[in-house]
Amino acid sequence: MTTLLPRRATRAREAAVSLAERLLTPHGIDRYLELVDPLLVRSEIRARVTRVAHPTSDTVTLTLSLSRAWRGFSSGQYVRVSVDIDGVRRTRCYSPANSQYGDPRTLELTIKADPDGLVSRHLHEHAHEGMVLGISHPDGTFTLPEWRPDSLLLISGGSGITPVLSMLRTLRDEGYQGKAVFLHYADTAAEVLYRDALTELADDSDAIDVAFGYTAAESGADVHGLFTPEHLDAIAPWWREAETYLCGPPGLMDAVRAAYADAGISEHLHTEEFSPPALEIDTTNATGTVRFAHSGRETANSGDVLLEQAEQAGLRPEHGCRMGICFSCTQVKTSGCVRNALTGELSAEEDEEIQLCISVPVGDVDINC
Amino acid sequence: MTGLQDRLTPEQVEEFGRELDEIRQRIVADLGKDDVDYINRVIKTQRGLEVAGRGLMYLGFLPPFWLAAVASLSASKILDNMEIGHNVMHGQYDWTRIPELNSKTFEWDTAAPGDNWRHSHNYLHHTHTNVLDKDRDIGYGVLRMDPDQKWHPYYLGNPVYATLLALFFQWGVWFHDLEVDRIVKGELSWAETKEVRRKMRAKATKQIGKDYVLFPLLTGPLAPLTFLGNASANLVRNLWAFSIIFCGHFPADVESFTEEETENETRGQWYLRQILGSANITGGKLFHIMSGNLSHQIEHHLFPDIPARRYPQIADEVRAICEKYDLPYNTGPLHKQLASVAKKIVTLALPPKGALRALVGGHTDKSTEARRVTVETQQNGSRQETAA
Ligand SMILES: Cc1cc2nc3c(=O)[nH]c(=O)nc-3n(C[C@H](O)[C@H](O)[C@H](O)COP(=O)(O)OP(=O)(O)OC[C@H]3O[C@@H](n4cnc5c(N)ncnc54)[C@H](O)[C@@H]3O)c2cc1C
Repeated sequence: MTTLLPRRATRAREAAVSLAERLLTPHGIDRYLELVDPLLVRSEIRARVTRVAHPTSDTVTLTLSLSRAWRGFSSGQYVRVSVDIDGVRRTRCYSPANSQYGDPRTLELTIKADPDGLVSRHLHEHAHEGMVLGISHPDGTFTLPEWRPDSLLLISGGSGITPVLSMLRTLRDEGYQGKAVFLHYADTAAEVLYRDALTELADDSDAIDVAFGYTAAESGADVHGLFTPEHLDAIAPWWREAETYLCGPPGLMDAVRAAYADAGISEHLHTEEFSPPALEIDTTNATGTVRFAHSGRETANSGDVLLEQAEQAGLRPEHGCRMGICFSCTQVKTSGCVRNALTGELSAEEDEEIQLCISVPVGDVDINC
Repeated sequence: MTGLQDRLTPEQVEEFGRELDEIRQRIVADLGKDDVDYINRVIKTQRGLEVAGRGLMYLGFLPPFWLAAVASLSASKILDNMEIGHNVMHGQYDWTRIPELNSKTFEWDTAAPGDNWRHSHNYLHHTHTNVLDKDRDIGYGVLRMDPDQKWHPYYLGNPVYATLLALFFQWGVWFHDLEVDRIVKGELSWAETKEVRRKMRAKATKQIGKDYVLFPLLTGPLAPLTFLGNASANLVRNLWAFSIIFCGHFPADVESFTEEETENETRGQWYLRQILGSANITGGKLFHIMSGNLSHQIEHHLFPDIPARRYPQIADEVRAICEKYDLPYNTGPLHKQLASVAKKIVTLALPPKGALRALVGGHTDKSTEARRVTVETQQNGSRQETAA
């Protein structure tokens, strides 16, 4: 009997929701609930900013309270965050920095203001308590394996700390018994994000050690200067046997990748990019015309990705990561062939959805944009 | 009668088009938060009126409350269909990238599914505005609204059909999207309309379900009153939408065009046709909002994808441009425009003189019909046809 009760309650609730949807057609229940409180919506995720902090001069940390559709995330994943700026909804990817355990309706984002960036600068300047943001379900495969490895090396630089810090906090909450070393790079001591949190993690758990690297200071940290494999020898001599998770600026990522390639252990290295990787672009042999159907604009194919070509033609298509991850720039290609600049794959299907930021036209291409 | 092509010299048309393009560019560059805040306020008001209307039906046994419920629900449906639905589905807010304001996914509180309407209205009507045989909004396939539509004894019923269309307007629009006339002509096969029909059925079921089954049932013993109240709100909306929409293209002096006239149109010529083929209605701010700013039909047809709240802001400029090029700018109060439309509906019910003679004579001479010419009548300046 007792087990039946909650099920009956669930069924009654489902019936009530389905009746409400029928009554409130065509707009549906969420379009009414959100007018009472944006966080009451059922089928989308909304977040309310509950705390705003500025850990360094160019970063902002937002604590978010999430609506009920949120189903949690795995540490290392990212969410797409939407915010309206000048009436236009903008979407960018951010990786939560909190543990995947703990309050299941809370998320912590740390965002570095890009001086030329739109969303990060807006949030840095204008985020306030009570602000409402749109949030997607989590995405991404930069996560720890389900069977936690015996030894782990976590490396981050700058704002790339967020997904790896989430991993470290998750390991601590799990009572991880192996050995984990976290190596975080910053220019100088003043730029270190989450110093207190990291120190506390190391104090809390015997399995966790934290080390800092200052790239623009000679002292005060465990290692100094730009990354070299010697840094790893110094703080985690066993690094060749460890699974390594890395997120940071392109220079750091390239240097670590090279070190792992030299050691012949690239398969141990797992990475997350915040900024675009080098795409395979060949602008010397481009042919054909790119037509943007909605705007009526046309441009000779320059061989660059469609997003760049659209922007050069004076269009402002929506976009997010500019690196083929977030699907904000997806548009329908009505005809023509494009090459995926990440994989080199060609595709000539009609009425196909493509990502403008990683698609290079091969000959004539028509886009609904 | 002045043809589309010989009102202005080609150079004038280009200059005229450039001036309108400039207005467009200026407004597009200025779009921003104010426009989103505005439409969100209208949406909030509409949803509030909807909830109030549904709630007041519970007091429907008291006549003032029943009337208030009907008024509230009527206003909700009118706002939903016109200032919100029509305009959002035109893509006026697509630039915001806000999913709830997206033209491709928005659905409105009327029988016609958004998808079907988007095709028949946004594409067919707005591209081929007032082009005979192309713009299926001329007479909605049932009325004779243009002298160049061939008369047939069927059109004697013009005023009756118009009245029925006004009363059941949402079902008229619903049915219109099926493009029955094209099916009859063999341009479209029944099988090809399967998807359109499926959507029509699904949407109609939902709309009937809430207005005529669920909400009445939920008010228990008051069900008949609620049923009647919901039907009245739909009726009010139907009459209002019909009036506004018919005043947009069918008052006297609004011109229609032939396919040949519009071949290879330049942008300037396209603008010109939109102005000659549309009419405005004068009124106050609330009136404009309740008409979805279709009271600025001319501005709407020039710039169908610019947020409608911008039309009143540019109306003076558009009018000044029309004056500069000696073009008509058809406008007037609702009662005058409606009277003009009513007169046209009645006048065009009657056969052109020649056709009547032929009919009375007992034989319709096909070749006489074919040699019709169009002349200008002195009284109202609208075109009347006679047999040569
Ligand atoms: C998986 C993932 C996770 C992420 N997690 C985080 C995180 O936790 N914290 C964090 O701070 N960031 C994170 N990011 C980065 C974040 O998504 C944004 O890219 C970053 O905040 C910048 O966004 P923005 O809108 O401010 O800049 P944008 O306006 O997108 O500009 C970004 C850069 O592109 C340049 N640019 C803009 N427009 C053009 C143009 N037309 N032509 C050429 N260049 C142009 C700008 O100069 C700028 O330097 C993550 C990214 C990804 C992909």
